[in-house]
Amino acid sequence: MAKYLRRTLRLSASPGESSLATLDIIDLGSPLFGPVRLSAGPGEVVGLSGPSGAGKTLLLRGVADLDPTRGEVHLDGQPRSGFHAAAWRAAVGYLPAESQWWEERIGAHFQATADALHALGLPADALAWEVARCSTGERQRLALLRLLAGGPQVLLLDEPTASLDAAATAQVETYVLAYARSRGAPVLWVSHDAEQLHRVARRRFQVVPRGRLEPLA
Amino acid sequence: MSVIALSVLDLSLAALLVVALAFVAHRLRLGLGRRLLLGALRTTLQLLLIGLVLKVLFENASLGWIALLALVMLLVAGREVMARQQRRFVGPWGFGLGTASMFLSSFTVTVFALITVIGTTPWWQPQYAIPLLGMLLGNTMNGVSLGLDRLTSGAFQQRAVIETRLALGHTAAQAIGTIRRDAVRVGMVHIMNAMAAAGIVSLPGMMTGQILAGTPPMEAVKYQILIMFLIAAGTGFGTVAAVWFGARRLFDERERLRLDRLSHPRTR
Repeated sequence: MAKYLRRTLRLSASPGESSLATLDIIDLGSPLFGPVRLSAGPGEVVGLSGPSGAGKTLLLRGVADLDPTRGEVHLDGQPRSGFHAAAWRAAVGYLPAESQWWEERIGAHFQATADALHALGLPADALAWEVARCSTGERQRLALLRLLAGGPQVLLLDEPTASLDAAATAQVETYVLAYARSRGAPVLWVSHDAEQLHRVARRRFQVVPRGRLEPLA
Repeated sequence: MSVIALSVLDLSLAALLVVALAFVAHRLRLGLGRRLLLGALRTTLQLLLIGLVLKVLFENASLGWIALLALVMLLVAGREVMARQQRRFVGPWGFGLGTASMFLSSFTVTVFALITVIGTTPWWQPQYAIPLLGMLLGNTMNGVSLGLDRLTSGAFQQRAVIETRLALGHTAAQAIGTIRRDAVRVGMVHIMNAMAAAGIVSLPGMMTGQILAGTPPMEAVKYQILIMFLIAAGTGFGTVAAVWFGARRLFDERERLRLDRLSHPRTR
């Protein structure tokens, strides 16, 4: 299984190398959130904040097609309905707030270079770690690397630095911004930290209850 | 050797053992006394009833009546499978999934055995058809209900893992793969253990019954081997079918995990 995963991840990593993608969310909604209309250009980071339960996670899950939704999402002008479900999710990388692991060791899930690990403040032997022995913060950073190993064209990040200290938070911000810029990947970045959203995103929205967007100055 | 017929007195003596056990359970406040007696009573009535049905059926063997009895057995087994699920599929799938799987495997295996192995004329001769189907349904029922229960409870407990894998671009089959494999294993482990222990640790009930009823041991043993093989095939195919279809049903056409298709567990 792990071997198979590694192979598919590496295969899918190549076509995403330097594709400039645009994400268009067109009246996406469900009984629980939206409808939401939002576009993000190549390499653009859009910041989303708002009270707990307002529907930020539901919006990201809806874009990733993990919940049934009305409306449509386009990637580079191509409608989501034209993608195979798994291919869509591989292209639109959603990082849940809590990381999940199913194999015993980190390295059975994905591969990463020592450089990538180092950039996030992790030692080169982190892939050999047992999942059960990692701290929440280590798992969160490793989950980000696992997501990026698949080479997604869009990033949907749900509180990617929630359990990190200031130094690791800065490393994650730098790394994600570099990925977005080099791949031309649009990013939807959900955070409770207003200062973080100021640092990473020029356009910012407040998600108000029942999952509607209001622009932030 | 002839069958030693049991009298009502003989059975009453055996029943005394159960009554004694119920009395002890009552004194120890195990809260099992009533249920034990009720279970013994149900066994007696249900078996007497099926005895009567079989007696009539054997005397008036016709395919229609046998099919009707087989259908009733299947529906009761399907009901039992559904009742044993902590989280069952809502709507017609709750009953249909297990029932269809049991129908596919038990009926196919029974008909196969009747036609090719036993070879009676007509092939549906009730002395063979009904007991065979009963043995198969009873065992397949266990495998299917255990497998389905493990599948749905596993998917519920590990939904975060499944959705993480989906989010990473895995297909539904990859994301549920481990749980699906576990579920089939749980459904099949009983019959595999039974085959391994047969004759050494345990004397299977059917063979014991035949020997008690006067059948030469080697004939009884050969029938038991046949039954073991049929049960293994029936349970295995039934469990695989139920778990595979169930795993498909857990996802929709966009391969989203749809736990809203499962009911909430009953509070006992």
